[in-house]
Amino acid sequence: MPFPFSAIVGQDEMKRALLISAVDPRIGGVMVFGDRGTGKSTAARALSALLPPMLAIAGCRYNCAPEEAHRCPDKCAEKKGVKTAKVPVPFVDLPLGATEDRVLGALDLERALGRGEKAFEPGLLARAHRGYLYIDEINLLEDHLVDLLLDVAASGENLVEREGLSVRHPARFVLIGSGNPEEGELRPQLLDRFGLSVEVKTPQDLEQRIEIMRRCDALERDGAAFAADWAEADAKIVKRLARGKKALPNVAMPESTLTDAATLCMAVGADGLRGELTLMRAARAFAALEGAKSAERKHLRAVAPMALRHRLRRDVLDETGSTVRIDRALTELFG
Amino acid sequence: MSDALLAAELLAAAPARLGGIWLRGPSAERDAVLAFLTEEFVDRPVRRLPVHIDEERLCGGIDVASSLSAGRRIEQAGLLQEVEGGLLVVPMAERMNGMVAGRIAQAMDAGAGFALVLIDDGGEEEIPPVSVTERVAFWCDFSTNPVSTVSDSDLPRIPERSRGRRALPVANGPSTSLGNAGGESLVRLEDRQTLANITLALGIDSARAMLFAQAALSLSAQIEDRDTITDDDVQFVARTVLGPRATRIPQQAEEPPPPPPPEGEDEPPPGDNDGDDEQHDPDQLDDLILAAVLASIPKDVLARIGEGRAARRATGAGGAGRKRASQMRGRPLGARPGLPRGGARLALIDTLRTAVPWQEIRRQQEGMEAPKRLRIRKGDLRIRRFEERAEALTIFAVDASGSSALARLAEAKGAVELMLAQSYVKRAQVALIAFRGTSAELLLPPTRSLTRAKKVLGELPGGGGTPLALGLSAAAELAETQAERGRTPFVAVLTDGKGNIDRNGQPGRAQAGEDALAAARRFAQSGTQAVVIDISARPQPEAAAIAAAMRARYLALPRADARGVERAVSALQFGKAS
Repeated sequence: MPFPFSAIVGQDEMKRALLISAVDPRIGGVMVFGDRGTGKSTAARALSALLPPMLAIAGCRYNCAPEEAHRCPDKCAEKKGVKTAKVPVPFVDLPLGATEDRVLGALDLERALGRGEKAFEPGLLARAHRGYLYIDEINLLEDHLVDLLLDVAASGENLVEREGLSVRHPARFVLIGSGNPEEGELRPQLLDRFGLSVEVKTPQDLEQRIEIMRRCDALERDGAAFAADWAEADAKIVKRLARGKKALPNVAMPESTLTDAATLCMAVGADGLRGELTLMRAARAFAALEGAKSAERKHLRAVAPMALRHRLRRDVLDETGSTVRIDRALTELFG
Repeated sequence: MSDALLAAELLAAAPARLGGIWLRGPSAERDAVLAFLTEEFVDRPVRRLPVHIDEERLCGGIDVASSLSAGRRIEQAGLLQEVEGGLLVVPMAERMNGMVAGRIAQAMDAGAGFALVLIDDGGEEEIPPVSVTERVAFWCDFSTNPVSTVSDSDLPRIPERSRGRRALPVANGPSTSLGNAGGESLVRLEDRQTLANITLALGIDSARAMLFAQAALSLSAQIEDRDTITDDDVQFVARTVLGPRATRIPQQAEEPPPPPPPEGEDEPPPGDNDGDDEQHDPDQLDDLILAAVLASIPKDVLARIGEGRAARRATGAGGAGRKRASQMRGRPLGARPGLPRGGARLALIDTLRTAVPWQEIRRQQEGMEAPKRLRIRKGDLRIRRFEERAEALTIFAVDASGSSALARLAEAKGAVELMLAQSYVKRAQVALIAFRGTSAELLLPPTRSLTRAKKVLGELPGGGGTPLALGLSAAAELAETQAERGRTPFVAVLTDGKGNIDRNGQPGRAQAGEDALAAARRFAQSGTQAVVIDISARPQPEAAAIAAAMRARYLALPRADARGVERAVSALQFGKAS
């Protein structure tokens, strides 16, 4: 049973980033920097439990949505008696030592040997389609897997050309990564793929620490009762998410906010246009989440650190952290 | 009863809540703990996990060999599924590689509910991956205290008591805790306050440690059928769960004075933020408990913590085992004949391709009634090969003595950081050895982490004599051990070449100069590529002589800044400027 999202103590920025990425998956994933035991994976798992079930072709190994079923390698839409069903949003945990076969998919051994057929057995990327791909300690991931993920994340589809197979299937997912930068830097190209990034620390506040212990103890003693206690709070978030998702296309993006975004990106020296784009989308998603009609400066401010923190051109000889630089620019520009 | 045995007893009662136990260093007590646990888990699955286990065996999957011979898919359960709710013993845990650790951690997070026992014979620098040690509640270190503390009277007593308790339902789900499922929590607010205080004071950031402490606290009371938590429980938890995880010593507590730290490192232990200190007022802290914690930490570890080094070492060592190149992953190259064992994986298509032409012949040899199935012989098997490029490693050996002006040191630091900023692109790692005073020290073990490098370099002190011979030996040694691990080392020595401390740490220019040349010649024998960068304002012949003896390039960069040094090293090492 996952820990209820609303019961997570503190870590507001991480929770906010996760919710924003759920409102608008196009923002492209969340990278969580932080030490072990800070509730990173707890939060990611809890989020997936919050999302309303999605509509998919029943039994399809690629989680095909009915409208895109024509692209399915299994031709799931053409099968007899095809039905759609509500399935939970997939949450796939990619382990550090995963092999390419497991991630991409590989030849189906059973059918190859038993019936002499050349068939494809989908991998983790297919399972994560339309859902979440969670990679703990992403900074320790093998380089060749990173290459592969970059490619799939950029193109939204997985193309397998190996072992005499040629398969192409859609693979769009929200990437959630976590890791501790002290144990190895994350490759810049991969980092750039993440829409948002947050830094988490264990609460250094006595009250919060006690609260963590109290809640975990309650969960351990009676999980069902604990879940029931938090069901209402979680249901509120579910509603907020659903409303946000629905409102998202109608949230206005005034000229002034766009100017603000561009000014800020120039001031902090964020590389590339992706920074502005993400900043704009994140501000809009946050406004939708808050129930606002248009994305204002306050929304922009709230999401600026998480949208830009990992995109600043790094001057290695400058000790100032990215967060501080963004905060400073925000204060200078917008008071 | 000893702490470790009590910990084992609690673990047997609630493996899912406590995760496991880390037993470090050989001792009679460790054997006793292990024997006790094996006895306790007699009616639950018990498995040992060899360090060289492959992914299929660990997580389950298709049994390739039997699938091939049977001509249909035969699944095998993985060790991690087999051991659910049982006892997983990992001998030589310090050699565990990241893949295995990651899988175990994943299974534990998913609620496999087994008790993990990490048996660790590692030395100073070798510890099991942090991802697994983080997930076990109890850390017991016998290596500093190899003499058994178990008296003979302890041993027979324990199984007896637990035999009576085994009638209790085994608490194995998170929701059915031992004894008082659903009842009021034993842990009172004061206890939680104490735990929160101790973890803050000791700099234990992970919430997991705190939650383990809480679980152990209530279990240790329940196991004795008490419904209150006593100071003994708190002290036990402090000794076994919290103490070993400490990363700093509370300033207020009486501590055995750390040995006089080397000059320049006498800063107070770094607190995460100074604001903490008001929160854990010494008066609030139960002195008794903190004293128990501090007593449980071996003296030398305490000293290291005092210098703010323990945490860093721990995170650094977490990478051990990931480094070795394997034939398991990388870019595919093609197949070659061989058996799929020892991590090598079967190249199915190539195997089939080899076997296919012989099918008819083999069937005829078996007779016409032979069943129609694929005939694959041992000789047909092909395994995959992967290309894994050797990583480059740049070792900076930096003269941090008084004769190299401090400014030069700053440039060396800057160059290291610039190299690291590029390191991901070039697949390179960087290490830094500083020599000054009477010793050479590996300040930055090979790393790709800029964050970590900055932390170390920020504290790099300067001044004192120039033990050039020691610096060169240290660089050669590191280069050789790293080459054995499949890396390609490149050494950049930043010095003015004027050694004045000999290899025994004694001052004396003449002897020091001879020793330095001898060390340089030994270096040449290792065949490592190197460059000597003369950083003095007016280059003198000494550094060039050293370079010649090392069979290294010589560069005089009297006015180079950090970028200049970085460019020069990159150009020599990788053949082009960055």
